[in-house]
Amino acid sequence: MSVSPEQVRHIAKLARIAMSDEEIERLAPELNNILGWVEQLAEVNTEGVEPLTAVIDLKLRLRDDVVNDGNIRDAVLANAPEAQHGFFAVPKVIE
Amino acid sequence: MTDLTSFTIAELRDGFRSGEFSAREIADAYNAAVAAAKSLNAFTVETPDDAVAAAEAADDARANGDLPPLAGIPLGIKDLFATRGVDTTAGSNILKGFRPPYESSVTANLRKAGAGMLGKLNMDEFAMGSSNETSAYGPVISPWRRKGSNVGLTPGGSSGGSAAAVAALIAPGATGTDTGGSIRQPAAFAGICGIKPTYGRCSRWGIVAFASSLDQAGSMARTVRDCAILLEAMAGFDPKDSTSLDLPVPQWEANLSSDLKGKRVGIPKEYRIDGVPGEINALWDQGIEWLKDAGATPVEISLRHTKYALPTYYIIAPAEASSNLARYDGVRYGLREEGVKTLDDMYSATRAEGFGAEVKRRIMIGTYVLSAGFYDAYFTKAQKVRTLIKQDFARAFEQCDVILTPTAPSAAFGIGETTDPLAMYLNDVFAVPASLAGLPAMSVPGGLDGQGLPLGLHLIGNELDEQMVLNAGLAIEERAGFTARPEKWW
Repeated sequence: MSVSPEQVRHIAKLARIAMSDEEIERLAPELNNILGWVEQLAEVNTEGVEPLTAVIDLKLRLRDDVVNDGNIRDAVLANAPEAQHGFFAVPKVIE
Repeated sequence: MTDLTSFTIAELRDGFRSGEFSAREIADAYNAAVAAAKSLNAFTVETPDDAVAAAEAADDARANGDLPPLAGIPLGIKDLFATRGVDTTAGSNILKGFRPPYESSVTANLRKAGAGMLGKLNMDEFAMGSSNETSAYGPVISPWRRKGSNVGLTPGGSSGGSAAAVAALIAPGATGTDTGGSIRQPAAFAGICGIKPTYGRCSRWGIVAFASSLDQAGSMARTVRDCAILLEAMAGFDPKDSTSLDLPVPQWEANLSSDLKGKRVGIPKEYRIDGVPGEINALWDQGIEWLKDAGATPVEISLRHTKYALPTYYIIAPAEASSNLARYDGVRYGLREEGVKTLDDMYSATRAEGFGAEVKRRIMIGTYVLSAGFYDAYFTKAQKVRTLIKQDFARAFEQCDVILTPTAPSAAFGIGETTDPLAMYLNDVFAVPASLAGLPAMSVPGGLDGQGLPLGLHLIGNELDEQMVLNAGLAIEERAGFTARPEKWW
């Protein structure tokens, strides 16, 4: 499989990274190189093999359903590029 | 007095406790060394006041007689660890100016143990790189140089600032993180020790996430004992990390022993690969002899899926990264690109501006392998191969107690010398399999190559058996007699 510049543009859109046509043209062969290399996994017989989801066997723990954090609004907002009236502020979503 | 920066952590601890010198003297010596080493570009932020405050607390505590284990020891902290009130940027422009209102669990543990902080250490952006060249702060320059040359070399990566600082004697020890070799490869390049414990030993809470099923913090220092001391203070159960191991932290330092009688050392035949310099294979053979001398018996083992480990890693790690890095959207912290009209454009413009080329490349690969129609062919397939790699190790550890390999397929290379992404990825060919299997692994210096650059030996242990890794590392350290230090040019 190889990716076309159109597909690269689509992936960039999914990833929310603005890219110029030049960047897309440059990236397409790089990605194809890497994808072509990882595709050697197709040689491996994985019939009946379960995908690994937890590298060390662990049971997920449950904790009591209680509030154990919060009331730190100003600390949460302290790093925001823009905050107004105790909220994160973003460009207008609806005209 | 001898320069305190040449002391190991164990020597500093013991000398401070016996009253030979004060913690303040240690902090002052290191703060001065850090300030004089700016040309290495190892630190992103220097925090001399933090080191001094911890030292003063240690000196007071000594007067009262109740000392925590790392009292008087100042450390370098990789910029991936959130440190309260101190810039934490993961080497990226997108986190520029981010000052966490919280402290990572690992650094909180170190502070509780009495350690001070010399500063934040430079690294590859979001820990994606093997040379430190992807950092938004520019590359760290290794203190090492090839014989008769002044070409700038990389300290490896991604924990390159950590490795360079420890090797240049501007920090006695440092934290690192290892997703696919990011502690071990730079440790090998810089002629120091570095250990990544079993996945789950160190809490990931407050460590900027790269690939969460692989990320693991560890210690970097000049000796095996120092690595054990630091790791003991860093590790421990943390309810805030759902993959944290709910187990007591072993007394790794107290149980150090280089007597390997009755132990079997696995030598994986698949790690003899083409293109590796003869010097590295010769050092590997020497390592086998050293471990035999310590009482161990070498056994040949097979890790059949070794050649598929890197391609597996380069599906899984970018996939997880593309998800983890989705949070950088210009809303809650870090960079925001202004001058665009819509929210969606603000996201895309911010991420275009804030991420470097390698991070974008990996987000793109990760997004692709997770996208509709490709998920099974790439991501699920890679997870299945990961199962096979883990099974290879499980079978191998029925035949042996520890595995010995080289750490990296080359010595340190020059800055700018490796431009092809795939060639860069190959640096971690020996390190990545243990990461995929979640196993403890360590690099210990073995010797110098013909150009005068350090080479490392790599030990991989069974799940939870850091002790075996450390003990075999100690056996090598005692026999290698590696005392070489870079000649000071900075």
